[in-house]
Amino acid sequence: MPQSTLLMDYLPIAIFLGVAGVIGMALMVAPFLLAVRNPDSEKVSAYECGFNAFDDARMKFDVRFYLVSILFIIFDLEVAFLFPWAVAFKSVGAFGFWSMMTFLGVLTVGFAYEWRKGALDWD
Amino acid sequence: MYPKTLDTWWDWGLWLALTVGLSLLLLVVLLVIVAFLLLMDRKVWAAVQMRRGPNVVGPFGLLQSFADLLKFVLKEPLIPAGADKGVFLLAPLVTAILALAAWAVIPVGNGMAMANINVGILYLFAISSLGVYGIIMGGWASNSKYPFLGALRSAAQMVSYEVSIGFVIITVLLCAGSLNLNDIIKAQQVGIGTRVGLPASFLDWYWLPLFPMFVVFFISALAETNRPPFDLVEAESELVAGFMVEYGSTPYLLFMLGEYVAIVTMCAMTSILFLGGWLPPLDIAPLNWIPGPLWFLLKITFVFFMFAMVKAMVPRYRYDQLMRLGWKIFLPLSLVMVVVVAGLLQFGPQVR
Repeated sequence: MPQSTLLMDYLPIAIFLGVAGVIGMALMVAPFLLAVRNPDSEKVSAYECGFNAFDDARMKFDVRFYLVSILFIIFDLEVAFLFPWAVAFKSVGAFGFWSMMTFLGVLTVGFAYEWRKGALDWD
Repeated sequence: MYPKTLDTWWDWGLWLALTVGLSLLLLVVLLVIVAFLLLMDRKVWAAVQMRRGPNVVGPFGLLQSFADLLKFVLKEPLIPAGADKGVFLLAPLVTAILALAAWAVIPVGNGMAMANINVGILYLFAISSLGVYGIIMGGWASNSKYPFLGALRSAAQMVSYEVSIGFVIITVLLCAGSLNLNDIIKAQQVGIGTRVGLPASFLDWYWLPLFPMFVVFFISALAETNRPPFDLVEAESELVAGFMVEYGSTPYLLFMLGEYVAIVTMCAMTSILFLGGWLPPLDIAPLNWIPGPLWFLLKITFVFFMFAMVKAMVPRYRYDQLMRLGWKIFLPLSLVMVVVVAGLLQFGPQVR
């Protein structure tokens, strides 16, 4: 039977996820089997502080939420880029150090621009 | 721990049974620990406010969490008429399973992880990012205004602090030089304390040389897990209960469970990155006889106690203050610290 040690390292994670899924599903299904179910129109209507819901809930929202997620993607990619550099830090030497500092410098300029443009403000 | 050569079906079967058994053991122990930490949370909160806290079920209220579990299981599960039923029920499941999944790689003792993979910290980072999905799904599927707004806020808040957590992890990686969680802990056996001739002790752990990062990580962990003072997602006075408004019964329980497991995971990450994981605080005779998992549990409990005290003492932030703290203070600070730590390691005296 052929086996790859790399995949064998990760197989326990899949099994662990499976066991966690079984526990989660068991909890999820339990009340549907055990509890008394007696829904009426008041119980299943959306909660809105005593009003009847008077609008579609999936409404327009502030564009800044989009902005934050875009900024997040930029910086999270940057962090992902830093991971291998940080691990190999001792072997990449001065050249690796200065290349990463240049990269971080460019990003800092971008960050300063965002800040000045007010992309980080919530007023 | 496992049979090394899996040549026959018999070996595979044995390996599979062992892995499933160990996973089950770890999960059950974890959930029982979470149940008691939840009680501790409530007890600490009560003690600060000079109340008694839960004290009816079992001695000192020790069985309160289990009584709560029973109560949730026997409650009527309701699905709002306007909700997207599939996504509505999937969301809590996703939250709980993803929160539990992190524990597949966390070493509870020397090498005692379900999967001792060599990119452990990256896996943890990825899994904790995925936690946002459960909340977004729950908030959107409910088709109700409070959950929707709560989910939006929560997503923005969690991704904001994710970034500074990432930079903090980078500084630790620069010092440790490995992505494997077990190796990160082992790298903390030598440090400031051993350089001046002391035996391996708590002075070697990264909390001391990286103290500003320790503080940033602790506060970001609070924000990442929606703990007070950053619990704007479920700020009762404005959003009722945030994305959980429409949930009841065990779907609600699974959200709560996911949240608390995520908190304990963050406590475990703090212990691993800064408090030496399963290492004893002093490597001398009586202390290093105590097994590693016990030290790890003690450290998690200590960090969780700090979480609980913050919840009890600090007033809630406003949303714009929260975003300002994340983007304008923690992000630049941690960025500068990455440069400083890298510079020290590159040009400074051979400090570790």
